[in-house]
Amino acid sequence: MKVSRRGFLRLGGLAVLGLLIRPAFDSWSGNGVARSSAAARGLVAKKWAMVIDLSACLTSDGCRDCIEACHSVHNVPALTNPKHEVKWLWKVPYAAAFPDQEHAFIAAGLRETPSLVLCNHCERPPCVSVCPTRATWQREDGIVMMDYHRCIGCRYCMAACPYGARSFNWVNPRPFIAEIEPGFPTRTRGVVEKCNFCEERLAQGLLPACVEACPHQALVFGDLANPDSEVRRLLSSRYSIRRKPGLGTEPKVYYIR
Amino acid sequence: MYNADKIIPALIIFFLLITLPFWYSWASGKAAYAPEPEIITQEKQCLETKQWMREKHMDLLTEWKESAVRQGKRTYVARDGREYEISLTATCLRCHSNKAEFCDRCHDYVGTKPDCWHCHTPPEAPAR
Amino acid sequence: MLEKALSGGRRYRGWLVFLGLLTVLGLIFYLRQLSYGLGITGMGRDVSWGLYIANFTFLVGVAASAVMVVLPYYLHNHQEFRGITVLGEFLAVAAVFMAVSFVIVDLGQPSRLFYLALYPSPSSLLFWDMVVLAVYLLLNIVIGWTTLDAEHKAEPPASWVKPLILLSIPWAISIHTVTAFIYSGLGARPFWLTALLAPRFLASAFASGPALLIIMCLIIRRATKFDPGKLALERVGQIVTYAMIVNVFFLLMEFFTVFYSKIPEHARHFQYLLFGLEGKATLVPWMWTSLLLAALALTLLINPGTRRREATLAVACLAVFLSIWLDKGLGLIVPGFIPSPLGEITEYWPTAPEALITLGIWALGFLIVTLLYKVAISVSEETPA
Repeated sequence: MKVSRRGFLRLGGLAVLGLLIRPAFDSWSGNGVARSSAAARGLVAKKWAMVIDLSACLTSDGCRDCIEACHSVHNVPALTNPKHEVKWLWKVPYAAAFPDQEHAFIAAGLRETPSLVLCNHCERPPCVSVCPTRATWQREDGIVMMDYHRCIGCRYCMAACPYGARSFNWVNPRPFIAEIEPGFPTRTRGVVEKCNFCEERLAQGLLPACVEACPHQALVFGDLANPDSEVRRLLSSRYSIRRKPGLGTEPKVYYIR
Repeated sequence: MYNADKIIPALIIFFLLITLPFWYSWASGKAAYAPEPEIITQEKQCLETKQWMREKHMDLLTEWKESAVRQGKRTYVARDGREYEISLTATCLRCHSNKAEFCDRCHDYVGTKPDCWHCHTPPEAPAR
Repeated sequence: MLEKALSGGRRYRGWLVFLGLLTVLGLIFYLRQLSYGLGITGMGRDVSWGLYIANFTFLVGVAASAVMVVLPYYLHNHQEFRGITVLGEFLAVAAVFMAVSFVIVDLGQPSRLFYLALYPSPSSLLFWDMVVLAVYLLLNIVIGWTTLDAEHKAEPPASWVKPLILLSIPWAISIHTVTAFIYSGLGARPFWLTALLAPRFLASAFASGPALLIIMCLIIRRATKFDPGKLALERVGQIVTYAMIVNVFFLLMEFFTVFYSKIPEHARHFQYLLFGLEGKATLVPWMWTSLLLAALALTLLINPGTRRREATLAVACLAVFLSIWLDKGLGLIVPGFIPSPLGEITEYWPTAPEALITLGIWALGFLIVTLLYKVAISVSEETPA
């Protein structure tokens, strides 16, 4: 049969319009899935931040309570191959965490003092800008979130993070989790993960696991936007530094001594 | 037609191959039953009706994923007005904890492999 | 016209089978990578991009280089480029295909590839790179095929092809600029944080791509009746020369800024690459090889006698190609991660599966080039001059 080009395009256009039938029917019939509402009992803030007291934190004595708490609550695997390591919270020497603060004549022992490092949940997160699928994004309350369902594993965020805070699942992590905590999912190989400021615990009205686990109260968590919060009190009364401030990422993890 | 003695058998074989998904399970006897998922829970009622769940649990879980992870909204208001926590593990699997006798029955029958289980840990099935 | 790719002598078929086998080998190892995870490669938490992304970066450059033969012919009517433009366009098609394949094999969750289209993120350069590469691929397929088809029918090509060709010229520049932007906007990686990165990419692309084109033309001239013409080869040789001079000049500019300012954050990456850091020096011999090959190439290219003699031109082009592959591939991606943001030095070397998957994709690319070139050459052999 002979169809002119115009006729074909017309037919094609009508056919494409037919794709709208199903969505129109669905919304008319009210068969959409029902609504959800924000939780009533969660902790809320405008700008979550953390203050780490390096003098109260006694990781040099071998204390790892915060790390153990975080990693067990979130099913963080313990990989044996250091290249495949996954870590949300860990210790590095002071000079590694603050390369622009150290010098040859630094106070005795300070250079080697283990400092806790984690995702800084930056106000201007470079990892969020570079994610090609928005699998990582910044929430309104300042937490930089990860959606493991959407991550395609391109690892661009890992290249963009100036703090080395992100880990990738190079292999299946399940065999490396000593005891799976069933209340929180594990991750699968091929996605990037990092500290999430325990947003699932905040939703239950609980403080982050590391903050709760610290026996020396070295970790303080609170709302930067609230002038009466403890984080603000500490920052206004003590000398505080952040990691790589010159990059303009505005990290929200502060360190005091 | 030219080469009819080659083309017609080839067409028949092609037709058989292309319709394989439709007749294979019938022929092998593997689909000669209807899947019967077993529910072993004390709760009297699921979030929605059985029929609704059968049709829509996939959409529900997708919307839950969006709501809980991406919007931070963790409360689901069911169609009868009751509120539930949005969580595959804590809400759905609290009752349907016997994955092998419940979830897998239908999933295996239709041949789907939902990859939720790569991350979401199915709980230990309770002892009978 | 495609049927022309399916007919050929024993050497042609043998070559196709050889490439096919390498491709299948790469595919087998890719399946192993899919089931085990990317841990099968040499990458790790510190060096999270390696051979795959290195090849991706290099190949986007090769793809962009088609503009170097398209521009003189279509914008400035230099007739000597007539036979070569379609070869450049088809090379671009294969190169984009390979580049995208390298991104796919590097993904941790390749089944989610289409999320790039479903959840666009305009702030991400990787998103934009996939967009411009997809358009460039389409442009080159359409342009190459329709102009070849027109030649086959001995008629002028349809009028709508010309605007597409004109579009492909700035588009070629854009694909490599966007690829450079993937790296040059990251404050986290001072090794890449330089405005000079996009110009460096373009210069090295315009040297390495045409160099490969010259080598392939020389091979084609030996294997078939197709002759792009001595003038065309000479012109492309001149393009490679100037582009390589600019490329090496830019590299020396980087060396100066880094080593004169002595800023550790910038300098340590170059120190690792050229001299090694804290006893770790895996890339040092490769970087110096790249520099020596560049010096050899420039000597042979700048001297008109050696540039015009085909044997030395071929050596020079091979040296250009290898030198830039080493510098832009391994020498660009890996040192960006060494030292890590926490100052640690974790080295990288590809594993055997990683190398075989890489080889498989290169074989697939050459397979595509071979098939497309066979069609182009068959058409021009048939068409009376």
